[in-house]
Amino acid sequence: MTNRITLGNIWFDKRGRGYLLQLLVLFCVAIFLAVITSNTIANLQRAGLTSGFGFLGDQAFFDINQRLIDYTSQSSFGRALIVGLLNTVLVSSLGILTATLIGFIAGVLRLSNNWLISRLITSYVEVTRNVPLLLQIIFWWAILTSLPKVRESISIFGVSFINNRGLRAPSPNFEDPFIWVCFAIVVCLLLTLALYVWSGRRQKLTGETFPIPLAGLFLLVITPLVVFYSLGQPINWDIPTRTRFNFRGGFNITPELLALWIALATYTGAFISEIVRAGILSVSTGQSEAALSLGLRKNQTMRLIIIPQALRVIIPPLTSQYLNLTKNSSLAIAIGYQDLVSIGGTILNQSGHALEVVGIWMFVYLSLSLATSAFMNWYNKRISLVER
Amino acid sequence: MKRFSLLIAAMTLISGVASAGTLDDVKKRGALQCGINTGLAGFAYTDDNGKWAGFDVAYCRALASAVLGNPDKVKYVNLTGKNRFPALASGEIDVLSRNTTWTFSRDVKLGFTFVGVSYYDGQGFIGRKKLGVKSAKELDGASICIQTGTTTELNLADFFRVNKIKYEPVPIETNEEARKAYLAERCDVYTTDASGLAATKSTFADADKHMVFPEIISKEPLGPLVRQGDDAWADIARWTLNALINAEEYGVTSGNIDKMLKGTKNPEINRMLGTEGSLGEMLGLQKDWAVKALKAGGNYGEIFDRYLGEKTPLGLSRGLNALWNNGGVLYAPPMR
Ligand SMILES: N[C@@H](CCC(=O)N[C@@H](CS)C(=O)NCC(=O)O)C(=O)O
Repeated sequence: MTNRITLGNIWFDKRGRGYLLQLLVLFCVAIFLAVITSNTIANLQRAGLTSGFGFLGDQAFFDINQRLIDYTSQSSFGRALIVGLLNTVLVSSLGILTATLIGFIAGVLRLSNNWLISRLITSYVEVTRNVPLLLQIIFWWAILTSLPKVRESISIFGVSFINNRGLRAPSPNFEDPFIWVCFAIVVCLLLTLALYVWSGRRQKLTGETFPIPLAGLFLLVITPLVVFYSLGQPINWDIPTRTRFNFRGGFNITPELLALWIALATYTGAFISEIVRAGILSVSTGQSEAALSLGLRKNQTMRLIIIPQALRVIIPPLTSQYLNLTKNSSLAIAIGYQDLVSIGGTILNQSGHALEVVGIWMFVYLSLSLATSAFMNWYNKRISLVER
Repeated sequence: MKRFSLLIAAMTLISGVASAGTLDDVKKRGALQCGINTGLAGFAYTDDNGKWAGFDVAYCRALASAVLGNPDKVKYVNLTGKNRFPALASGEIDVLSRNTTWTFSRDVKLGFTFVGVSYYDGQGFIGRKKLGVKSAKELDGASICIQTGTTTELNLADFFRVNKIKYEPVPIETNEEARKAYLAERCDVYTTDASGLAATKSTFADADKHMVFPEIISKEPLGPLVRQGDDAWADIARWTLNALINAEEYGVTSGNIDKMLKGTKNPEINRMLGTEGSLGEMLGLQKDWAVKALKAGGNYGEIFDRYLGEKTPLGLSRGLNALWNNGGVLYAPPMR
């Protein structure tokens, strides 16, 4: 039974008081926002500065060394920002994938009975977790830039080259018939999926298993290869060649990208390994004992019994590690990797539109974070549904 | 960290510090906030006593001395090419004295006022002699270290586009990082203001293995700047610089200034030193503002010789920066 709230008793009603206080807080926040906005506009006007996002259409006039889309110094500030955003997304995705891989492997290995392995993993985790990330980024950059000079590049079969300006490897140019190889891959992918579903059903009904990994390997690797060769290898390789200063052709991974990638992956990987370890330990030993006594092999127990249950514990903290990694990627500026913050900073400096650029930064990082957590929440829901 | 200082600078813009009376603020604070380099031999470096010194620092000291009567009353703020402008716009510093090129858009669009030119410079390149390169036009395909947020970054892009040659820009935040990357051969050449190249080269252990190309690809008039909108403060900053230059022209040095204070036959000198007329009061300063400015580190020529000149490791000749009556373009308006 709830009492009716009237103006007279509102302060004495617990719920009414709650509403009132919340309204008050909201009101104060609104006033605060209004004051800083009008203050900012007044200050900008006094300083004779214009505001607005129109400047994004102006020419940038500076060059960017790593670009995933076409960009020249004649392109606009807006396009430069997109180049930076893509560079942020690139290093974050690479980092997240690798960190997850490292984290799972290290997390499982740390629980290994092998004294040496578990000690090695422990020291990796302790060292990387306790040294500031910025130092690690600079450390890797220093290592990578002290590799042999261009003249003394390490050659891999004469087609790829490693030196202190990164890794240069042949880049593929696809000829028209290559589309059939893609087609073959898609068809095989669908086939494997169908096979997976079918074998799962069959296993439920009859208990018979089917060697899915083997079949998948055959379908996904062998078939496209056969198609590829029967079409007469429709790929042209652009092989790097040595010029007076550098290599030309192929594609290049800069030491800046590599250093940032390695540092982010190993740093976050250490945190993830702890999360994975905790997740595995959270599954009671009775579960694995039961599985083993049912005759499942050790790796089957891990794969089929422990990991699926551990995942429920692992996913939520994993999400925040992914968010951290994405935000940490802005430390790129320390070694000149041209991410969103670095390019935004240059634009801020060349155009003078500080507030707008800072606004864009906040908006982009917020969106990236929200997108990541939306995906992870979806995944989390999906796996927790399996709970019995 | 750099990104935070940028953010904070933008935040202070919000909270509103662009008050009109910089002179009053400086006096009330009892210290001049002067934006300088993060470190560049000759221009801004820490001396043996751990104090900031150099050509750009000398201007800060002269200005503090003219305004507050004490050249040590300066709070130095080290700024990169990127965060120097937000720092000035937000009021974190009162004046920026950091190898900054006077350009149209900085003057007009960014809302600053340049108070003069303290060093006429141009953009050059430094490379290893073993490269065998004589001109920047031969740099097709080279990796080039470049400081972001500078005019030199823009000139470089223009130069290579106009000459239809390609390069890999290696972007860098500070001169020290550029030096490291260049020495590690991450880049083939480093490009910035020629004075900065001389300064950087002077710190190399194997300086004779490197050479600054004779080619200059841009005009880089460097000078101090203040926020637009406080003309009285801009006047003080401008005439302090002019006083240092005029003093050299009139032959007033830190050595003979006390003698000249007893009166000279040159009314221009007398007006500058405040023994005649009332220039100081017009600026809202003491009568002897210029005397104090000059006593901080001597006249323009003395400052140049001490930090950049031929007797220093930088070994720069006066060149364009000689007085107008001595073959250069340094020409300060009269003290009248
Ligand atoms: N004059 C150019 C370049 C200024 C600049 O950044 N110069 C470098 C080298 S001459 C410098 O002062 N670096 C010192 C530092 O990184 O703090 C500009 O105003 O944009």
